[in-house]
Amino acid sequence: MMAALTLESLGKTYAGGTTAVSDVSLAVADGEFIVLVGPSGCGKSTLLRMVAGLEEISTGTVTIGDRVVNRLEPAERDIAMVFQNYALYPHMTVRENMSWGLRNRRIPAAEIAARVEEAARMLELQAHLDRKPRALSGGQRQRVAMGRAITRQPAAFLFDEPLSNLDAKLRVTMRGEIRKLQKRLGTTALYVTHDQLEAMTLADRLVVLNGGKIEQVGRPLEVYHRPASTFVAAFIGAPAMNLMDARIEAGRLMLAGVDLGAVDSGPRMVTLGIRAEDLRLRAAGGLPFRLDGIEELGATRLVHGFLEDQPLCLSLPSGADLPAGLHLGADPAAWHLFDTLTGKRLPSALHPAARSRIAAGADPLS
Amino acid sequence: MRRFRPLDHLILLLGAAFLLAPVLMAFLSSTHAAADIHMNGLYLTPGTEGLATYKKVLTQKGGFTGEVTGARMALNSLILGLGFALGKLIVSMLAAYGLVYFRFRFATPIFWGIFTTLLLPLEVRIMPSYQVMSQLGALNTTWGLIVPLLASATGTFYFRQFFKSVPDELLEAARIDGAGPWRFFAGILVPLSRPMMAAIFIIMFVYGWNQYLWPMLMTTDERFFTLMRGIKTILQVWVGSQIPDYNEAFALAVLAMLPPLGVVIVFQRLFVKGLTESDK
Amino acid sequence: MTASPQTAAPPAKQAQFDHRWTPWAFVAPQLLIVAIFFYWPSVQAVTSSFYLEDPFGFGASFVGLDNYREALGSAEYRQIAGFTAFFAATVTALALGLGLLLAVKADAVLRGAGAYKTALISVYAIAPPVVGLIGMMMFDMHIGPFTRAAALIGWDLKVGIDYWDTAIALITVAVWKQIPYNFIFFLSGLQAVPAAVREAARIDATSRWRQFRDVTLPLLAPTAFFLLVINITYALFDTFGIIDVMVKDKPANNPITLVYKVYLDGFKGNDIGGSSAQSVILMVVVATLTLAQFRLIERRVHYG
Repeated sequence: MMAALTLESLGKTYAGGTTAVSDVSLAVADGEFIVLVGPSGCGKSTLLRMVAGLEEISTGTVTIGDRVVNRLEPAERDIAMVFQNYALYPHMTVRENMSWGLRNRRIPAAEIAARVEEAARMLELQAHLDRKPRALSGGQRQRVAMGRAITRQPAAFLFDEPLSNLDAKLRVTMRGEIRKLQKRLGTTALYVTHDQLEAMTLADRLVVLNGGKIEQVGRPLEVYHRPASTFVAAFIGAPAMNLMDARIEAGRLMLAGVDLGAVDSGPRMVTLGIRAEDLRLRAAGGLPFRLDGIEELGATRLVHGFLEDQPLCLSLPSGADLPAGLHLGADPAAWHLFDTLTGKRLPSALHPAARSRIAAGADPLS
Repeated sequence: MRRFRPLDHLILLLGAAFLLAPVLMAFLSSTHAAADIHMNGLYLTPGTEGLATYKKVLTQKGGFTGEVTGARMALNSLILGLGFALGKLIVSMLAAYGLVYFRFRFATPIFWGIFTTLLLPLEVRIMPSYQVMSQLGALNTTWGLIVPLLASATGTFYFRQFFKSVPDELLEAARIDGAGPWRFFAGILVPLSRPMMAAIFIIMFVYGWNQYLWPMLMTTDERFFTLMRGIKTILQVWVGSQIPDYNEAFALAVLAMLPPLGVVIVFQRLFVKGLTESDK
Repeated sequence: MTASPQTAAPPAKQAQFDHRWTPWAFVAPQLLIVAIFFYWPSVQAVTSSFYLEDPFGFGASFVGLDNYREALGSAEYRQIAGFTAFFAATVTALALGLGLLLAVKADAVLRGAGAYKTALISVYAIAPPVVGLIGMMMFDMHIGPFTRAAALIGWDLKVGIDYWDTAIALITVAVWKQIPYNFIFFLSGLQAVPAAVREAARIDATSRWRQFRDVTLPLLAPTAFFLLVINITYALFDTFGIIDVMVKDKPANNPITLVYKVYLDGFKGNDIGGSSAQSVILMVVVATLTLAQFRLIERRVHYG
C-alpha cells in the first residue's frame, strides 16, 4: 500500500522551551521523493523523527494515507526508516535483520522468506544473507538497512542521512541506486540530508529548512534558479552563489560604483546574487576584479578575488594564466535580487530577460 | 625501534617471581608430607605425597562435627559462586534496563537509592546485616548466603554504563520493527550484551567464590561450609598440635584458589576488558 | 604537547520507552533486595549505635552518643585507628608504586610481553583468606622462607608474636595481593595513550625518564587517582580475610584494623551498640572516600 503524506502546521517545542520545528506544512504526493535539506540544527531530522513517531509532536498533525498518526506508535504508522548509522542489529544475520520486524508483525513465514528473497535480489545481497553486519562493508550494510525497509512494504520510506557514513565515491553510487529503487517501488519517500548535491540529485521536490521553518519548497532546478532567499541561494549550489551589497539608483543597478543596467524598481539597498558560472570575463569596462587565488578543478577552475572589498568567486574553463586585474560582467538574466533586510527574493525587480531563463533549464551541476 | 633492555626484563622477572613464587610453593609443598615440611621448610620441588593428600582433603570428613569433606566445601563454594553470579546478572540487567530505557516518575530517586549501595561495603554493616538475617530466619540457608550479597549495585552500574553506550538508533529501529519493551530486551539487548554478560559473570563468580566474612557469619551448620570457611577451620584445629598439617592446609588453599587462578588465566582478555571498561 | 582528542561522555538516552508500570517490573527485584539487605541493616546500625544492649538479651536502653564517645575516647580505638591509617597509607603507596613500575616495564618490552602480563595478572583473583594462609606460611616461625631469609641477616622475625613483625607481614601480604589489580589498570591506561602521542614524545623527549615524567605520568594521572581510592578502600575493608587468618583470632598483641575491631566487638565481644557506633563512623569515612572517587571519575571524563 502506498500513500500520500501530509504535514499540517507541524511544530516541536522541547521541555526546555527550545523550538526545533515551527509551523511546517507540506503535502507529499503518493510516490513522491521529498528531500529535507538544511544545515545542522535546522530541524530536518526532528521533523523526520516526528513523522516516524520517535519524537513527540507538539502542535499540528501528521497524516499518512488517510490516518492521522500523531498518537500512534512508530510500528503502527506503516513507515520504514533507514538510519544514518544503519542501526542494524549486530547479533543478527542479514536475513534476520530483514525479517525480525515482519516476524514481530506475525506475517506468515513463507511470505517473510519471499519478501526477504525479493529484497535481497533487488539489492544484490543474496550472497550475504547469512552473514552478520560486522562482516559486511559500509556499502553492503547500507543495502541491508535499505532491505530492512523494503521488506516492510511500508506506505513511506524515511531516510535520515543514510549516506553520510560512506566514502564519497560510494555515496554517488548509492545515491543513484536509492533513486532507482524508489522509483521502481513507487513508495513515497522522505529523505533528510545536509548535502545539497545529494538533495539536488535525489529529490522530486526539495524542502529547504532553516531554523525550524521552511525556507523554500520546489523542484531542484526551480530552487537552484529561483532561490527564494539569500539563505537558499547560499545553501544550494557549489560554489555558493556570490552575494554582494548593491544599490538601485534611478532605475539602474549599481555595484561597486559600476552601472550594471536597468532594473524595474525604485531606489533601495539590495543584495545581488550571481552564480560563479554566470560571471564572464570582459576585455575592458564592467566590474574591476582583483585576483586573489585560483583553485584548479581540472575541467574548470574557480577564480577567487575581490570586487572592491567584497569577495567574489567565478568559475571559468581551465586555460592560460590570468592577469592580476580583470574585468567582469554578467548577463542581467543571471541576476538574483534580494531584499537586504529580509533576505527575501525580489522577483518583480528582475529584468524581464531573467524570467525566461528558468524555462531554458541549464544544467545546474556543470 | 626499541632496544632490548636487560634491566626492564630483570625488574619484570623479579616482579613475576615475587607474585608467583608463593603460589608455586603452596602447590609444591602440598605434595610433600607434613613432617618433611616441618623439618625442611617450604618446597620448590614436587613431592610424592600429593595424590594421597588431595584425596584425603577431598574425602575425609573434617571439622568439629566430622560431617564436612573438602569436596562438599568445594561444591558449596561452587554453588555460592554460580548462584551469586547468576543472581547478580539477572537482577542487575533488569534494573539497569529499567533505569536506562524508561522515562518514568521517580526514576531519579530510584537511581540514587540503588547506587547509594556502592558507597558502603558489606563489611561496615556486617553486624546489623547478621541481625536482620537472623530475624528473617535465613541463617544456614543457601538463599540467605547469596541474596544479601546481591544488594550492592556494582553489576547494575556496569550494565547501566554499557546500555548507555548502545546506540539510540537500535531502540528506534526496533520500535519501528514493532518491538515493545520486553521484546526489545529479550530480542536485541540481551543478545547484544553477551560479551559483557560473560565478563560480568566470571568476575562475579570469582567474587562469590571468594566470599569469606559473610559465609563465616551466616553458616554455623557445617554442611554449608565453603572452602574459605574450611581454611579458617583448619587453622583453628592447628592450635596446640605438634606438627600442623601444613600439607593439607596447602592442598585446601590450592583447591580454593584454583578456580580464580584458572578463570583469570583462561579468560584473561575478557576479564581485563570487563574490569577496565566497566570499573571506570 | 598536543592534548589528546576529547571523547565526550555518552549522552543520556534520548530514546526511551514511555511506559507507566513496566519499568517498575524491571527495577523491582533490585529495589527489594536493596531495601531489605542494605537500607534495613544500615538504618539498624545507626539506631543500635544509640542504644546499649544488654549482653544477655534483656532489652536495650537509649544512651545517646555514649557509644560514639566511648569509641572515640578509648585509647585502644585511637591506637587501632592510627594503625589502620598507617596500614592503608603504606599498602596503598607500595601497591601503587610497584604496580606502576611493573606496568611501565611490561609496556616497554616487546619480547615476552604477553607472558609477563599473564604472570603478573594471574594471582589477581585469589581470595584474601587464601592469600592470608599462604602469607602466614611464608612468614611462619618454623618453616617460613621469609623468616629464614631474615635470620640470615640476623633478624629474628616473630610474626604473630611481635607487633611490628606481624605488621610487616600483613603489609607485605596485602601489597602482594593488590599489585596485579593496579598493574592491570596502569597497563590499560598506558596502552590507551595514543601511538601518535608516544611517538611525538619520543621525538621531543631527551631521555626515557623525561618522557615518562612529562608525558606518560600526566596522562596516567586520572587512572592513578581512581586507583588511589580503590586501594585505600581495599586496605580498609578487603584485607579483613588476610588479617583474620594471619592473626589467628589472637588480636591481643597483634595489629588489627578498624573493620576487624567492628567484627571483634560485635561478634566476639557482644557489644552491639559499640560495634554499631564504630560501623557508623566507618560508613562516614568510606562514604566520603567513595564520593570523592565519584567526583574524580566525573573529572576523568574530561581528561579524555
